[in-house]
Formats: sequence, C-alpha cells, structure tokens
Amino acid sequence: MKELRLMKGNEAMAEAAIRCGADGYFGYPITPQSEVLEYLMAEQPWKRTGMVVLQAESEVASINMLYGGASTGKKVLTSSSSPGISLMQEGISYLAGAELPCVVINVVRGGPGLGDIQPSQSDYFQATKGGGHGDYHLYVIAPSSVQESSDFVKKAFEVAFKYRIPAMVLSDGAIGQMMEKVELFEQMPRRTDEEVIAECGSWATTGKTPDREHNVITSLDLIPERLEEHNHKLQAKYKEIEENEVIYEEILCDDADYVIVAYGTSARISQKTVQLAREKGYKLGLMRPITLWPFPKAKIAEYGETKKGILVVEMSEGQMVEDVRLNINGKIPVEFYGRSGGMIPTPDEVLTAFEKHFM
Amino acid sequence: MTEEIIIAGFGGQGVLSMGKILAYSGIMQDQEVSWMPAYGPEMRGGTANVTVIISDDRINSPVLNSYDTAIILNQQSMDKFEKTVKPGGLLLYDPNGISKHPSRKDINIYQIEGAAEAARLKSGKTFNMVVLGAFLKLKPIVEFDNVIKGLKKSLPERYHHLIPMNETAIKSGMKIVKEIQKL
Amino acid sequence: MEIIKSENLVYKKTSAMTDKELSYCPGCGHGTAHRITMEVLEEMGAIQDTIGVAPVGCSVLAYEFMNIDMQEAAHGRAPALATAIKRLWPSKYVFTYQGDGDLAAIGTAETIHACNRGENIVIIFINNGIYGMTGGQMAPTTLPNMKSSTSPYGRDEAMMGHPLKITELIANLPGVHFVTRQAVHKPGHVRKAKKAIKKAFEQSYAKKGLCFVEIVSNCNSGWKMTPNDANQWMEDNMFPYYPLGDIKVDGQLVK
Repeated sequence: MKELRLMKGNEAMAEAAIRCGADGYFGYPITPQSEVLEYLMAEQPWKRTGMVVLQAESEVASINMLYGGASTGKKVLTSSSSPGISLMQEGISYLAGAELPCVVINVVRGGPGLGDIQPSQSDYFQATKGGGHGDYHLYVIAPSSVQESSDFVKKAFEVAFKYRIPAMVLSDGAIGQMMEKVELFEQMPRRTDEEVIAECGSWATTGKTPDREHNVITSLDLIPERLEEHNHKLQAKYKEIEENEVIYEEILCDDADYVIVAYGTSARISQKTVQLAREKGYKLGLMRPITLWPFPKAKIAEYGETKKGILVVEMSEGQMVEDVRLNINGKIPVEFYGRSGGMIPTPDEVLTAFEKHFM
Repeated sequence: MTEEIIIAGFGGQGVLSMGKILAYSGIMQDQEVSWMPAYGPEMRGGTANVTVIISDDRINSPVLNSYDTAIILNQQSMDKFEKTVKPGGLLLYDPNGISKHPSRKDINIYQIEGAAEAARLKSGKTFNMVVLGAFLKLKPIVEFDNVIKGLKKSLPERYHHLIPMNETAIKSGMKIVKEIQKL
Repeated sequence: MEIIKSENLVYKKTSAMTDKELSYCPGCGHGTAHRITMEVLEEMGAIQDTIGVAPVGCSVLAYEFMNIDMQEAAHGRAPALATAIKRLWPSKYVFTYQGDGDLAAIGTAETIHACNRGENIVIIFINNGIYGMTGGQMAPTTLPNMKSSTSPYGRDEAMMGHPLKITELIANLPGVHFVTRQAVHKPGHVRKAKKAIKKAFEQSYAKKGLCFVEIVSNCNSGWKMTPNDANQWMEDNMFPYYPLGDIKVDGQLVK
C-alpha cells in the first residue's frame, strides 16, 4: 500500500532503517542530522520490529558499536555529520578491512574543522577515496531528495550485504533538513536469529558450533604476504562493484552540447539551471552521479567524445571535478563552479557561471 | 502549476509550521512539495524563513533566487525578500512592525493584519493561520478541505482540539486581507 | 602408552583453547588468565553461546588462542563492540579481555560508559602496570617511581600523573554489579580468580549488570626481571597499591 508522508530527509532515513529491517542503530547527536536519532528514539522501533537503538558516548564509540554489531551478521547503521564522520574514520577502515556490511550516513556540513552547520558537499574526497587508512573504498550513494534518502538507505544495505562492505549514504544538510513528500516502502521483516545464522554463520560471530571452526572477525594480519593477498581480494571485490553497481541519471543530455555534472543538492539546483538555460535556447543537460563510488567513469568518458564542454557544480571548492577531469582526460574543457562553507549556490549563479565559461 | 513561495519572519511566529501545513495540503491533493528551511542558530529567536514549493511536476531546485509569492512578517524579511518577488508576483505582508512599506510597482501587494486579528480572536498562536488564510484567498492553490487535512496531519493528535480555532482563523484571514496594489 | 586411559586422566587442556602456541613471554600471566576463562566457559557449557572481544596490546591475538567466535577491536574500543554484540545477541555470553593501556588509557570513555550503562557483559582486565606489546612504556597504572621506557627515571607523579585505580572508579557506577581484583601467579590465586570469572559470567548473563574482573599480573619482560623476581615484585609493590579481593558484590560496595 502506498503510504505518503511529509518528512525531513533525516527522518526519512531513520524510518527507512526501521522499514528495511535493520537490527541496530548506534549514534551520537550532531547538527544537522540529530533528527535521525531523535526520530528513532521517539518511534521506539524496539517495540515495532525489535530493532536496537542506542545513543553512544561519542562517534568513536558509535562506529565501534557498529563494528561489533556488524560482526554478528546483523543489519546495523549509524549516522553523523562531517566532524563526527572524521572521528569515525578509524573504525570505518576496520570495518572495510574486516569485510563487514553496515551503513554509515553522513549528512555533510561546512568544513574544515568544526566548520558550520550549513549544507556542504566538501566530504566527497573523504567518502569516495577511502577516508581512513589503508587501501579501501566504501560504496557511496548520494540522495538528492527526501524520497531518495529513504530509498537509498535500503539500497545501501543491499549492496553492503551483497559484497560485505561498509556503505555510505552521503547526504547533506539541505536534504537532511528539507521536507518533501515521501512514499515509504513497506516494512520488511527483520531476519530471525536463525536466518542470520543461515545467511552469515559462515563468517560472523554467531557462536561457535562443534561442526565448524571458530569465526574470527579481525582486520589484523601480521604476515605481510597474507595481508597483501587480503588486499588483492578486496581490490577484486571493488572491481566487481565498479562493473556492476554504477548508478547515474541523465536529464536532457541526449541533444545537449554541454552538460552540468552535479550530485545531491547541487544537482537539484543545477536542474533548475538547465531549465533556465533551455528557456534561453542553450543546449544544456544535467548528469547526476548517484553512486559517487563506484563513479560513473564510462559515461563521463563518453562525454569527451560527444559533448563540447562540462561544468561541474559542487558545494565545495572542487572535489568531484577531479574525477570528472580524470575521465574526460583533456578531451573537452571541464570547468568548475562551487560554493563552500555552507553556502548554497542558486540556479542563477550556476547559469551565470555556465555562460561565462561556454557562451 | 508550480508555486514558489518564501515565508519569512521572526522565529516563533509560526513561519515554519505555516509552510509545513501548506506542504501537507499539497500532498493531500497529490502534488509534489518541498519545504526548505533556513536552519541553525538563526532559528532560535532571530529571523526564520522557509521556501515552500508546490507543483504538479517533479520539483528541481529547493533553493531559489526568486519567488511567485513572498509572505513577509517583519522588517528584516521585507528588506531581504521584497526584491526577490518575480515581476507580476505576489507580496503579502503584515504591516504590524513594518516601518518601510514595499515600494515595487511591478508586483501585486496585499496586507494582512494577522497579529491584530489573532489578538481579536484571543489566540495569538493562530497568527500564522490568519496569514495563511489571506494567502489562500489570493492564491487558492490548495483546496480548503485539504488544508484542514494538512493541519490534522501536521499537528500531533493532542492538539487536534485546536483545529476548529485554526479553521476560524484561516477563514477570518480570507475575509480581512486588504489590497494595496493590484496589477 | 598404557597409562593414557580415561580413568587415569587428571588434567586436560580445555577444548576451548586452540592448539596454537601462545605468543606470550614465558612467565607471563596472560596464558593462565586465558586458560581459566576458557575453562569456565567450557564448564558452563557456554562455548557455543559466547562471543569474545580481544583488545590491542599483548593479547591482541587472543582470538588465535581462544577457540570461540571472537572479534578483534580497535585500541580501547572493546567495550563498545561488546555493547553492540550483547544487545544484538542478548542470549549470548559476551566478554572483553583487555590490558591496562587499552582499558584505562585510550579506552577510558568506552570502559566507563559501558559500565555506566550496565551492559550485561564481562570485562576481564589484565593490569600489569606497563605497555607490554609495544616494549615497556608507561601505562596509566604504572606505579609511582616505577621505571618504564617512557619514564626511565621512574614515574614522576607531579609530571606524569598518578596510577589510575580504574577498578575502584568503575565500582562506584550503579550499572556495575560485581567487581573484584584477583591474581594468577600462584595456584591458590588461580583457583580464586577462576571462581570470580565464573561468577562474573553467571551474573552478567542473569542481566544483573556489568561484571568486572581485574587480574593484577606481572610483566617480567617489561619490568626487566626474571619471572620469579617479577612475581615477588608484584606482591611487594603492585598488591599494596592494587589490593586483591572483592570490591563490589551483588551491587554493593564491599566496606
């Protein structure tokens, strides 16, 4: 049954977590994402589905609770905003190293440092290039609406469990705080303990039975040859993800001479710019990477052959633009327009930048 | 149909909840809506504003430079948003506390004595509903029944006994809205 | 080999320990502490229902020796992991096994908050007053004037702070049900310590709150002594500062 609600992005992610049958949430308050924990505590999912919700003493504790929780084979998530996510990086690296599925939500705010609490996209590097120490990637999916905030929590869990990797939902303060109409997906049952054991008992800490060796979850291996082999295994997995899990959206790109590449809130704003540009007769389209890792490399590379120029729009000083340039490889001009520190570009500003560079 | 609205005033005037009720009303009649607040410390006591978009189509930018309608409830917001109304658009404001009245000639301008009317109704908290009524009179983009439904959705159940009072306030806002300049 | 008959069996390594050779220095208390913890679990029939969390420190590889499902935590965070594991598997026995640097320095916040929430887990805390794995640096529990590689002239309390009695500290938290301090360097102490560990598992499993067993141990390598001298030094110096015995029983502080 179709269930429509007016919700903030943060609330939609919390509700989605309950509905996709998550077993546990562990988090710590930080603006602009505190509504996630607030919503869960008000909603009392332990009564609805048996889901555990716990306010931790810090982001460090949250991510380590996630590490413990994910090791049991259960579905666990946390959420935070930029400075809190920085604190979690060590734990995220452990989760990646130990090949544990989980979901981390980052509702990005202005930085660096304590920065401010306004929307930003300046955590792109951190999210897509690993973030913590070691050779690893997260699956990173970026919603641009409240609807997608809900849908992508579910999607992130699916991919996390399919490949046994940590997944990140990269939102921002605007989408987190904004209210829109959401069509909620139906409640999925939480797996029973028996189902968890059946699905994850081969690797998770489910309790050693006499018929199997003990399961150990660790990211430590003091033997370099073995650790290198483990890294190769991770890389093979990442390659598979790059081949199978890229998602992007194109709007009015078919006949376009020029394309704006933008994700999340910037993509929403740029879509309006495209509308304004079309009214002026410019053949402009929008390409929105939905998965930021894996990045839609092939599609971007194709623009090098088919388009005249690209404008990358971000709420940062220019991060994703590096990946776009890498894949365009000098074939056509790639220009950048960004606002940072919590400033949100307006559709007119973006149009002016486009005209300055290309018209 | 797409209506792009900015509602701006002091924190505590019910700016955000007015926007929320409007957004919910849109959902009740199966439209797309977005409600984008300026959030943060400025919400606590200072100015508050929210961008509400109601549309038949998928909404692109939730952040705008210009609006079909500006609903303005204090002087700071007048200074900031009068210039953002699209030519031919609507500026609705409460003259209470306004020292510098709008001067543009290319927009429709209406006044709503929201604060005074709420005082007369002996319910200061219905101020925002009086203003909402005035807006709906001028731009009936959502049906009255759907507004009441939206009100029910956005109010916690323990406040549902206040709905008749809000309904009265909306209706009186519809009645008393005053034309200043019509194109 | 006529003698190997079940009726002649007086002692057998618990199956809850793997056959992996221990990585600990000869004379170290870790091996004994591991063994009695695992014996308790075997005797309770709890092998299948127990998840352990190893720390960073000398016992970082505890999961190679303990033949149960285990996870290796980041430095200091074992109580956070155990919190989530226990809450997601409420019908399991969950414990952490941590050293003094892990539990009382880098992991102080996680220790205190897991204790304060009254997580129904067991914390086994090995206190030898030094960072063993990294080569003998000063620990939060290093005694006054005690030498270490980062306090080569002895711990100067004015400059380096005081040895932290974390066990007494957490005993004051209402979420903590049973707190005891034990040793494993002599058979009598081993028997007592094993009893205490068993009690800790039983009571935390009965949802009475967090149960905390400190084991004051030696570090002959880090202290640069022979095993016998280290044990003697421990009795003469560690025990007066960290006196053995129960600190909190049945939720009540022992007077």
